[in-house]
Amino acid sequence: MTMEPAAADGIGSGTPSRGGGRFDAIVVGAGHNGLVAAAYLARAGLDVVVLESSPEIGGATRSEEAFPGFRFSVFSYLVSLLRPEVIHELDLVRHGLFLVPTASTLNPLPGGDCLFREADPQRTYRHIVRHSRRDAEALFEYKLEMRRMGHLMYRLQRAAPDELAAAIGDRVAESPEHLDVDVSAEVADIARYFLDLPAARLRTFAQMLTMSSADFLGQWFESDVLKAALSSSSIIGSMLSPRTPGSAYVLLHHYMGEVDGVYREWGFQKGGTGAVAATIARAARSHGAEIRTDSPVARVLARDGRTAGVVLANGDELRAGVVLSSAAPQISLGRLLDPEDVPGDAGAGLVERAARWQSGGCAGKVNLAISGLPRFECMPEPGPHLSGGITIAPGLDYVDRAYDEAKYGGFSERPFIDMIIPSVLDPDMAPPGKHVLSCFVQYAPYELAAGDWDDGKREAFGDSVVRTLAEYAPGIEDQILHRQVLVPPDIEAIAGIPGGNIFHGELRLSQLFLLRPDPAAAAFRTPLPGYYLCGSSTQFGGGISGGPARLAALRVLDDLRGVESAAGGGGETP
Amino acid sequence: MPRQAPQGTQAVQRALALLRSFTPEAPEHRLSELAAAHGLHPSTAHRLLGVLEAEGLIGRSPESQAYRWLPGAPGTGVAGSSPRHNGLRPLEPLRTPFHRRTSALCESDAWRDWSGYTCAETYEPTPEREYWAVRNAAALIDVSPLFKYEIAGADAERLLDRVMTRDFSKCRTGRVMYTSWCTEDGHLLQDGNVQRLERERFLVSAAEPCLRWFEDCGWGMDVDVRDVSEEIGVLALQGPRARAIAEAATTGIDFGAMRYFDLAAGEIGAGGGGGPVTVTRTGYTGDLGYEFWVAAEHAEALWDALVEAGRDHGLLPAGLLALDMARAEAGLVLIDVDYVSAADAEIEVLKVTPAEAGLGFTVKLDKQADFVGRRALELERDRGPAWAMVGLEVDWFELERLWSEIDLRPQVVGQPACREPTPVFAPGGWQVGQCTTRFFSPLLKKYIGLATVRGEAADLGTELDVEVAVGYGRRRARARVVERPFFNPPRKTAVDPMAGVNG
Ligand SMILES: Cc1cc2nc3c(=O)[nH]c(=O)nc-3n(C[C@H](O)[C@H](O)[C@H](O)COP(=O)(O)OP(=O)(O)OC[C@H]3O[C@@H](n4cnc5c(N)ncnc54)[C@H](O)[C@@H]3O)c2cc1C
Repeated sequence: MTMEPAAADGIGSGTPSRGGGRFDAIVVGAGHNGLVAAAYLARAGLDVVVLESSPEIGGATRSEEAFPGFRFSVFSYLVSLLRPEVIHELDLVRHGLFLVPTASTLNPLPGGDCLFREADPQRTYRHIVRHSRRDAEALFEYKLEMRRMGHLMYRLQRAAPDELAAAIGDRVAESPEHLDVDVSAEVADIARYFLDLPAARLRTFAQMLTMSSADFLGQWFESDVLKAALSSSSIIGSMLSPRTPGSAYVLLHHYMGEVDGVYREWGFQKGGTGAVAATIARAARSHGAEIRTDSPVARVLARDGRTAGVVLANGDELRAGVVLSSAAPQISLGRLLDPEDVPGDAGAGLVERAARWQSGGCAGKVNLAISGLPRFECMPEPGPHLSGGITIAPGLDYVDRAYDEAKYGGFSERPFIDMIIPSVLDPDMAPPGKHVLSCFVQYAPYELAAGDWDDGKREAFGDSVVRTLAEYAPGIEDQILHRQVLVPPDIEAIAGIPGGNIFHGELRLSQLFLLRPDPAAAAFRTPLPGYYLCGSSTQFGGGISGGPARLAALRVLDDLRGVESAAGGGGETP
Repeated sequence: MPRQAPQGTQAVQRALALLRSFTPEAPEHRLSELAAAHGLHPSTAHRLLGVLEAEGLIGRSPESQAYRWLPGAPGTGVAGSSPRHNGLRPLEPLRTPFHRRTSALCESDAWRDWSGYTCAETYEPTPEREYWAVRNAAALIDVSPLFKYEIAGADAERLLDRVMTRDFSKCRTGRVMYTSWCTEDGHLLQDGNVQRLERERFLVSAAEPCLRWFEDCGWGMDVDVRDVSEEIGVLALQGPRARAIAEAATTGIDFGAMRYFDLAAGEIGAGGGGGPVTVTRTGYTGDLGYEFWVAAEHAEALWDALVEAGRDHGLLPAGLLALDMARAEAGLVLIDVDYVSAADAEIEVLKVTPAEAGLGFTVKLDKQADFVGRRALELERDRGPAWAMVGLEVDWFELERLWSEIDLRPQVVGQPACREPTPVFAPGGWQVGQCTTRFFSPLLKKYIGLATVRGEAADLGTELDVEVAVGYGRRRARARVVERPFFNPPRKTAVDPMAGVNG
């Protein structure tokens, strides 16, 4: 598709705009993705403004001092998916990125037992041997295969999806303009990569797209405890049980995370994930981008079948030939875009499809301020295990039951909990000797079958979390100084994600790749020329990655220049 | 005294009782005397003592054949104040005065020799947490194996001014100076810190022995040089929480008033009473930090006070691997790694001047006193140094490019600093120097290195090629000359450093 922009007035035209309400590009939403997009565009010389509806930047990455001296990373808590390209091209280390690794995972088990996976693989082997000698050995093979899968995803995600479709001969993209893109060297490279993949690797990939994680893991492991532990990443943020087909893909999504080239590493950002957004905001501002909070966008303006700017909720108009939205599709496509503005019939059904987008939440967050370190029955004394992840998922049945309760409209009485102790990783998160505990909890549906979250159920959910923790860390209930309980409607209200799904929409095959978020709006473009999507509901999917925003921004710059894809180049400056 | 022991354990009990008879106060015993004292048949005592001796727990006097206390051996006497040579064979590894504490914590059992002492490389199986503690909380590092010399007397300042390249007439009491010292032809012997404890008393710390050099240079002066290496234990407390911990662990020192390279004396313990300690605001990590200098007999009290004070601040004991990563980020050169001391250089070309080792800032040609190497260094000033110590940086995309050739993500993280020298080339061309320290900094997310290169290749921004092992191959990666230190947080030198305590 050729974009004939008003953009001809082009890259870094330096149109006198500040205050005048005219920009080269407008970004809707100051979540980390919106900020990444703004940083890339500003870095290329565009005059960019980011408009955020809430008083704070950060979206789902915000952190706050919820109680004096205690910092909570309100929603998201660990970083792994953040693309190295984004880190290095935006020079984020200089702007404040500071990731402390969480090297181990502890799975406490009933009766004081546990499964502990450490940074050192040989020690992990010895821990798992207690549960199954065969599994301890199989873990090496499994991890190797998953690293290969992570690498495959890495290769896949480097290019925009339409180009990929062209390259691997996928005909899902019916719209011809998606196919007349020049196949860049990078894409040709990926095509070659796929063609050369051994059959076994393609089979694993197909399995990961379709299987349940329990079945997928069952191909390697016999120990229920280990399968439950490894399946944790397959349900995070998804209304799925490890036994639901499709959950293996969520596992794969998490395996494409890396820290400094090591797949599957996680890091804690000093100060909480809010500091990631602040870091990116600093990078964006250093290139001249402007960020306005308390500025909800009501709709996208169009003129002559092209994007012309936005209208704020207060009626103010801001002009730009390019608008990118990082909001979920119900907002970006359902509310901000008027299908009447879309040329031809490309807008047909868009709003209806956006309304059917699956983004019901399934997870809550319980943040605790505690008076001392928790004493886990399995390892009561302080030690390295407290600076890693700690997961309550003692068996597949346990997790499946927790899911069942939510399936029928309740919350899990004995939930799945994925926790970290941020104050162990970063002493600045709590006063000396005191701590904060971040609990990501499943399952909690958006809507309850009986009763209302606001009607005491929120606190009842919080109680079930504390009760469950106390089964593994007795006495914790007496250590709690403050508690913050957040359920999907809170995520919706605070982070602006309709339904409260942490990824802006379930990661299932029906909502992935060229279908994310809509066949008519894949590849970051929408049917309205000049209007783009750049958030978690696009190709890359959710998580603190910056991946979609980077590709979207490069796509914009590419379209503005009318040249071929810039999506691949690691090192090159757009 | 001993309870009735079950069968078989009796021998162990007896052996331990025998072992406990050997103390620094009562170091030597004869067989008959021991047998009588412990109510053992002489042949039983002989058998048990033989085992203790074979296990290296006690020794035997060559003259009298009496059994002897072995300094530092576990189970006997105190662990502290081990002399460098015990005069008996086999030579025992030396233990720092903190050894009982460090060995109890050293879960990895990864020990390394440092000047004859056993020092922990890591405490945990991998160094990551210890490294991050330096940058994010605080770390406690036993650096006791440094050689320490007390220089005292009316001519103490004169001697230092004669040996050292820095100007010691400007070093006030209560200050520390980092300095180089050279041979007559201006070649670098060592670098180290000098504390001015009193007007006429200094303490020099050095990586290698230098008593003879100082004595020879001070010939005819009214000065006494004394090796106090074994008498003093040294702990480095480094990281953003260092001040808060140091404050809580000592008494009598105003840490808010202590500037970078200040020195202060105080007492160990929140309420004092743990013994005297000297604190310097120095360290080898490029972070906020202090070093604690303590008489061996108070070493354990110091360790305990710091560990206790650090409990709520994320303090971890850190080994030499973490220290090495931190010092590389700080761009600090290390003798024997980044440069060869002129005392050890077999051939001329290995010798460097301070400027060539990146220590030009320690040479004060404007100082009054004549000093060893002055004339050579004046000549060098006029013609310019032939070599330069530079910081090199390989960026992430270059690493991605190299590893993509073998279809992998860069395999660089999680490896300790590498000390094997590798060549540095002009881009695509000939060798212009060597890279002596390099590693991927997880903090900076860059591959960094210290290199000595020809003067003309040393300008900031110069592009050079370094060798990187990619899989089984060696590849050239494009590097850039960058500013040293690579990491230099304001808190390192801040006038009133962060107390670092929330709320
Ligand atoms: C509880 C929870 C835990 C999570 N844990 C992790 C984790 O540990 N690791 C991880 O990688 N990911 C995690 N995630 C997911 C991750 O946080 C998100 O996927 C990611 O932050 C989304 O970023 P984004 O920029 O795409 O969107 P958002 O962060 O949702 O930002 C979108 C922004 O757009 C604004 N907006 C919406 N509509 C408008 C409008 N009309 N006008 C102006 N502004 C508007 C919103 O207010 C919001 O600020 C978690 C998410 C949640 C909710």
